[in-house]
Amino acid sequence: MNLTLKVWRQKDAKSKGKLESYPVSGISEHASFLEMMDVLNEQLINEGKEPVAFDHDCREGICGMCSLYINGEAHGPDRGVTTCQLHMRMFKDGDTIYIEPFRSKAFPVLKDLIVDRGSFERIQQAGGFISVNTSGNTQDANSLPIAKPMADKAMDAATCIGCGACVATCKNSSAMLFVAAKVSQYSYLPQGQVERKERVLNMVDQMDKEGFGNCTNTGACEVECPKGISLEFIARMNKEYSSASVKAEN
Amino acid sequence: MTKLDSKIPEGPIKDKWTNHKNHINVVNPANKRHIDVIVVGTGLAGGSAAASLAEMGYNVKAFAYQDSPRRAHSIAAQGGINAAKNYQNDGDSTYRLFYDTVKGGDYRSREGNVYRLAEVSGNIIDQCVAQGVPFAREYGGLLDNRSFGGVLVSRTFYAKGQTGQQLLLGAYSAMSRQIGKGKITMYNRHEMMDIVKVDGKARGIIARNLITGEIEKHSAHAVVIASGGYGNVFFLSTNAMGSNASAAWKIHKKGAYFANPCYTQIHPTCVPRSGDFQSKLTLMSESLRNDGRIWVPKNMDDVMAIREGKKKPTDLSEDERDYYLERRYPAFGNLVPRDVASRAAKERCDAGYGVNATGEAVYLDFKSAINRYGKEKALVTGVNNPTEAQIIELGEKVVEEKYGNLFQMYEKIVDQNPYKTPMMIYPAVHYTMGGIWCDYNLMTTIPGCYAAGEANFSDHGANRLGASALMQGLADGYFVLPYTIGDYLADDIRTGAIPTDSKEFNDAAKEVTDRLEKLINIKGSKSVDYFHKKLGAIMWDKVGMARNATGLTEAMAEIKQIREEFWSDVRVPGNANELNPELEKAGRVADFLELGELFAKDALNRNESCGGHFREESVELDGEQKGEAKRNDKDFAYVAAWEYKGEPGEAVLHKEELTFNDIELKQRSYK
Amino acid sequence: MSKGFSKSSVGRKVLMALSGFFLMFFLVQHLAINLISVFSADSFNAASEFMGTNPLVQFALQPVLFFGIIFHLAMGIYLELKNRAARPIKYAMNKPSENASWVSRNMVITGIMILLFVGLHMVHFFFPTINAHYITHEHLDAYEMVANKMANPVYFGIYILAFIFLALHLLHGFQSAFQSVGFNHNKYTPIIKKLSYLYAIAVPLGYAIVAVYHFTNACCSSASCSL
Repeated sequence: MNLTLKVWRQKDAKSKGKLESYPVSGISEHASFLEMMDVLNEQLINEGKEPVAFDHDCREGICGMCSLYINGEAHGPDRGVTTCQLHMRMFKDGDTIYIEPFRSKAFPVLKDLIVDRGSFERIQQAGGFISVNTSGNTQDANSLPIAKPMADKAMDAATCIGCGACVATCKNSSAMLFVAAKVSQYSYLPQGQVERKERVLNMVDQMDKEGFGNCTNTGACEVECPKGISLEFIARMNKEYSSASVKAEN
Repeated sequence: MTKLDSKIPEGPIKDKWTNHKNHINVVNPANKRHIDVIVVGTGLAGGSAAASLAEMGYNVKAFAYQDSPRRAHSIAAQGGINAAKNYQNDGDSTYRLFYDTVKGGDYRSREGNVYRLAEVSGNIIDQCVAQGVPFAREYGGLLDNRSFGGVLVSRTFYAKGQTGQQLLLGAYSAMSRQIGKGKITMYNRHEMMDIVKVDGKARGIIARNLITGEIEKHSAHAVVIASGGYGNVFFLSTNAMGSNASAAWKIHKKGAYFANPCYTQIHPTCVPRSGDFQSKLTLMSESLRNDGRIWVPKNMDDVMAIREGKKKPTDLSEDERDYYLERRYPAFGNLVPRDVASRAAKERCDAGYGVNATGEAVYLDFKSAINRYGKEKALVTGVNNPTEAQIIELGEKVVEEKYGNLFQMYEKIVDQNPYKTPMMIYPAVHYTMGGIWCDYNLMTTIPGCYAAGEANFSDHGANRLGASALMQGLADGYFVLPYTIGDYLADDIRTGAIPTDSKEFNDAAKEVTDRLEKLINIKGSKSVDYFHKKLGAIMWDKVGMARNATGLTEAMAEIKQIREEFWSDVRVPGNANELNPELEKAGRVADFLELGELFAKDALNRNESCGGHFREESVELDGEQKGEAKRNDKDFAYVAAWEYKGEPGEAVLHKEELTFNDIELKQRSYK
Repeated sequence: MSKGFSKSSVGRKVLMALSGFFLMFFLVQHLAINLISVFSADSFNAASEFMGTNPLVQFALQPVLFFGIIFHLAMGIYLELKNRAARPIKYAMNKPSENASWVSRNMVITGIMILLFVGLHMVHFFFPTINAHYITHEHLDAYEMVANKMANPVYFGIYILAFIFLALHLLHGFQSAFQSVGFNHNKYTPIIKKLSYLYAIAVPLGYAIVAVYHFTNACCSSASCSL
């Protein structure tokens, strides 16, 4: 198939960027979206132009490295997939495809379609862990039974790949789904109870400092999340946060 | 030829690790604060090592080429992690896990290391549960297990089909905690360009900031390389696009021996290639072989008809199908180990029976499983005299419960419904058992430089069992390295910070800068991928699933030639002082072009068939095992550790003889 | 409660929900009194008299109500501005309708429309009442005031339009408030969503019925009425 691509080009974080048009031809409908981008880059290199920089790594939908806002949607028009799992059969011959970086104040563009998601890292560092050292002398794993429904819920929350589609798609650039997934995972588990209050307070605090917007419950994040993380976790975090604030000692 | 000292502790195998830990040097907590350790790579091995070392008190500097440690390719592991917990009370034990691993590795791994791996395996599960890793559980609240290929017990712990993800996020959370505390300085989007040796010891690295292109000098008292495997030397593999051998290769060139590079695992169940644009291959979990039957058509006419779209696989009657694994290996059938299943698929496709346009695909059919489960379910749910349609509907539901996510993934990629038509699969490069040689302490032949996880060679011999990679990565990082590194660092408590303005650092930095400039300035006519694909094609054709002396000799010459062509005709756009993904790729491919040659050389040297390494010259010639791989314990029961001598083809072989005191060497048979 | 609560994104969102709940309660109460006017002018006047003179209502509930309205409004606008600032460069191509409803994305628009209406409504009813009670000390016939205002087709139209905006606002606001305070349950959330539709349609419809009643009343009593 033949396509016209409108790609965001930006030299570096300080430069201003703009959309450029590139025609590509002979794309197989079996190719993945990123393989189509590979073809574009091969073509640009052969023409002596600079290829388009974009993030990608595992190309099987689990590392969370790939991003891209494709034709007005995070990870493109398909549901339950990351950009690397999006296939060209979702498009038609002759289509014009807009390819933009994930946009948020907290995700500054580094180059072309690559954004800096360091804000997510700092949120994790603020409390996305259980403080236990690797001694090899922790208690036997089965000495702490966990009800299956709780373990399953924790797993559902833990499925988040940290790609940032929730932020990109949210009209407010809110990171609530991402933060809520981590907070919820530990809140379901007995191991997470000790630091439960501090965790939610610290992580939300860091989230706010990073400049994300506020959640208005539009539910767009849940729809666009490649892993189908549920809005239920945001509600859970709201409750966790309120309860922790009431009980906090200072 | 020097004799390599593996430093296996004395004593009975079950006491070696304990005795060793009791007798090695320890650095006191106050002194740890004055010692820096660099960890390159932040997957399961590197991430767990960085977190543990920081918890112990060392100052850790961790490096990842991605934007976060959480992206490392450990995250893609699906099936599970082994541990000898014996929770299922099926007779599992440390010894049994040790035995299975050595046997599965076709008797080419080091007994002492493997026993230690089995010994600490249980601790890994305890540790991960304490960290909040949501392993699958039974209704009673206890941990669930499943079984995996090649073993007779249920010892695999799992978190849905995303075990690697959950374990990595566990290690990542431990790292995040230490980063927050300032005990780990995290260098995301940084790539190690070279190691720096001072007075023969590893004292730091040269890294490139991938955002700014700046060349940075980082010093430390020890350097840990945990940068994963080198499967991408084949261009197409199940590895991530960025997975590379550069860190391992750079230390090899500076004195670390590279062991058994030819040991590569080719996984039998991957989605086949669909065209030249293909950038990577996707794995379908081994668990599918529990219920899927593998076949190709018996008659060439049917093959052609299917390729031309005149017939569908479902049109073929049972008589017209060749269930070749069941035919050749009646005892194990579709559940033979990975290496055997892969070779059998290749044999059929080479004979012309491949079922897709490229001729490189076989069917994995769930029809009989759907029927079987459907009938069973009908009985259980009290449906009397079910119709065929009812059976299929019920059966498909059962299969969906077991493999739903994999079927969905397949459908997204191939656009065919695997419930209705058989899946197409083909083997793909998946894991490299070979890697940097290291001793029992995981130290390489460069003093102060360690190798952990897939980057080292130590535990899997010539073939890795399913669910053992995660176990090894975490064992190295959480429970081995943090102890053994102290033995070496105990001598460094008075050294003080290593200055980075020394001649050694400056020279290394200049070498790196010059090389990058050289790459940019070639300004040739072909892209990096062009060379990478060419290399991959040679590797796959001549150094792939079946190897012979002629092909390997040709491969060595051809790879060398591509390398020369690369250095005269590659085109790397942009500059070195900016974010430049093509330049990153160019550096990595340049290293693969060297590693590939050593890989072929090692395969040529090892004139036996063992595990994932199959030499056509070394097969059983008669008897029941006719045509099967033939191991040669008399001449090849050694680790081949290669020393770099200026050119990959001129590497010098050092042998570490493998001795088996606790396990008897046997022929593997699956007939 | 920690002092950071009202400054945090989650805290503010909870406060938006709580003030929303309060306003939704008020809407029901206001509607109940309005509905009386359909049945009996005297009863309606009595109820208005009570609301206009009872000290508890006047000096406790009314200030709380104003605070609630102003808080909900000010916080809503403030958050909207912050949210806009969180994405300084907009997408060249965006398809928000693919993943979220119009009402959920445009709360600020429906909210501001309601606000404008509230302003008009105050001019129509609240200020004259306050004026009559505290300044001129005249007696005011509340029923007549309502009937007069609704006789004007322009005002009538504006009121109906406002009730439509109110419905749109409530369609998202009702269920959203539950989510904000942390209530999301596999079994009950679907029920809340149904209740949300019921409330968001029934309450504005109730107001509209009152308006329509008075408007048609006025039409009928005028000379041009053919009924």
